Amino acid sequence: MDALLQFLFSGLTVGAVYALVALGFTIIYNASDVVNFAQGEFVMLGGMITVFAFEAGLPLPLAALLAILATSAIGVGLNKLAIEPARGAPVVSLIIITIGASIVIRGATQLIFDKQLHRFPSFSGDDPIHVLGATILPQSLWVIGGALAVFVGLWVFFTRTLTGKAVLATANNRVAAQLVGINTGWVMTLSFGLSAAIGAFAGVLVTPITLVGYDVGVALALKGFAAAMLGGMGNPKGALVGGLLLGCFEALTAGYLSSQYKEAVAFIVILGVLFVMPQGLFGRKSTERV
Amino acid sequence: MMSKTTTALATLAALGALSGAAQAEIRLGVSVSATGPAAFLGDPEAKTIEMLVEQLNEAGGINGEEIALTLYDDGGDPNKARTFATRLVEDDEVVAILGGSTTGTTMSILSVAEDEGIPFISLAGAISIVDPVRANVFKTPHTDRMACEKIFTDMQAQGITKIGMISGTDGFGASMQAQCKEVAGDHGIEILADETYGPQDADMTPQLTRIRNTDGVQAVLNPGFGQGPAIVTRNVAQLGFEIPLYQSHGVASDAFIELAGAEAAEGLRLPGTALLIADKLAEDDPQYKVVTAYTEAYKAKYDQDVSTFGGYAHDAFALIVDAITRAGDSEDPQAIRDALEATSGLVGTTGTYSFSPEDHLGLDLSAFRMLEIKDGDWLPVE
Repeated sequence: MDALLQFLFSGLTVGAVYALVALGFTIIYNASDVVNFAQGEFVMLGGMITVFAFEAGLPLPLAALLAILATSAIGVGLNKLAIEPARGAPVVSLIIITIGASIVIRGATQLIFDKQLHRFPSFSGDDPIHVLGATILPQSLWVIGGALAVFVGLWVFFTRTLTGKAVLATANNRVAAQLVGINTGWVMTLSFGLSAAIGAFAGVLVTPITLVGYDVGVALALKGFAAAMLGGMGNPKGALVGGLLLGCFEALTAGYLSSQYKEAVAFIVILGVLFVMPQGLFGRKSTERV
Repeated sequence: MMSKTTTALATLAALGALSGAAQAEIRLGVSVSATGPAAFLGDPEAKTIEMLVEQLNEAGGINGEEIALTLYDDGGDPNKARTFATRLVEDDEVVAILGGSTTGTTMSILSVAEDEGIPFISLAGAISIVDPVRANVFKTPHTDRMACEKIFTDMQAQGITKIGMISGTDGFGASMQAQCKEVAGDHGIEILADETYGPQDADMTPQLTRIRNTDGVQAVLNPGFGQGPAIVTRNVAQLGFEIPLYQSHGVASDAFIELAGAEAAEGLRLPGTALLIADKLAEDDPQYKVVTAYTEAYKAKYDQDVSTFGGYAHDAFALIVDAITRAGDSEDPQAIRDALEATSGLVGTTGTYSFSPEDHLGLDLSAFRMLEIKDGDWLPVE
């Protein structure tokens, strides 16, 4: 019994990491239908900049804030310099541009910072919390809490604010959105800035658990993308549930079957879900009018 | 006026020295992975070799001949490594090649070196590089199998016979996992649990919980590399294991203690080289001089701590310099190869090398030192 609880704690910890990354995908996707493959790099930047600002003597909260702002600026820069000039290009081309951007960011990071792994202290110490014979680290609670907070924030943003609705409208039909007075260029800038900020926030929260180095972004983006697909791309609820489910699948497989098959089982489940529900668990059904 | 004459004379002398060196220089080729995924290996290796060449040339070179270094960065790509090895042999006409940071790049360089009859000292770990023995191929790092044997010897001394293993699925972890399973029986060690994790995984508590729930496990062994072992160490502390944890030589660096946290890493053991405990070596230790000289020079030049990997490059360079000195002919690769094979008792940072026609690794288990982490620092286990 305590084993099951331990597996679930592990699954929730890892799942919350995936969920945070997956949540970062939603805004850009909602604004432009582009899956931003540089999202993992935003997470990495959040961790790396915090590490170096912290080592330079800044207090941790200030270092984290700096990292989030800087990454957000990089996100805006990515939109201005790479996405906007290719405005008329099809979505697939834009996705390939984000892959290129991720390679550039990775390369620049290893030159500007370094190629080593880093870590900064957990926010509330490393003493595990004991629950019914299982243990969970305080930092895991921070990550889970962070994922929930971002989820609530995004949900409110998309359903309760005019700006959020403007983002959705831009994705739905850019020309129509422009006709009703939405500044679509500004919406794109905003969505890249926000996505990058969410990514960096995720990086700040997960670094004490996962550690950070210039190349951790790829794996994080892949798992986050898988989580987002499972839950339904573009839906914050889908990202949260997809991430947590993916984490729990992996942990339970590692715990009860074999750690060799952990990723395989998780991806088979995802394939199965997508086979039956191509939109993911909570994805919006889209109908194309010809 | 006087000073002007001196300057002119000095310039003349310098010019003379330069042209003299150009006539008789030893061309040495290096291909390491200074950037890319294996940069943590190749970066300190490249820095080490550049520093040592500079030092040697300042001190007058080998028998009065300076070394002309050609260093390529293969970025960890075996195809590039092959191109660079060919270029080193055909265009740069080197008499020996050092490098091959990873087993993959080594295998590329190795075939070129064998075809062209150029001695090659590899900096990669796999036992397949020198087993079977190839005429022109040598290597400096110890093998995974030796690390396993060193760990199992220590376990035996502690009376441990039943263990659980948790290995990374990266190349290093998988290779060492296989080697350890092969030699465990020879040391009376039984592996009761055999778990794995992906190189980028963030939490290993499920696997560790399985090991903990396996009856009779007396110790945990974690062959791995990069962040995995640091996370395993933290998870072991989180779960409150009361049995000892052994890590591999793959994480033998001060950075590892920082990543894992001194508290979580307390009491952990691993096989490492003398480099890690440079400041704690006794002055009569055979490796004291070479290790201290290397660590101090590296720190002074780059303001970074040395790593085991830079040490492999240091030893490869020391071996080739020693061989060229003894060969007497710095133009003939085969004479250098023969001298290299006759190396005996050369003290490096990794261990003491003695090559023979049957052994192109030249190290024994004594090259490894069993280390324990105590209060955030490495301590040799007696």
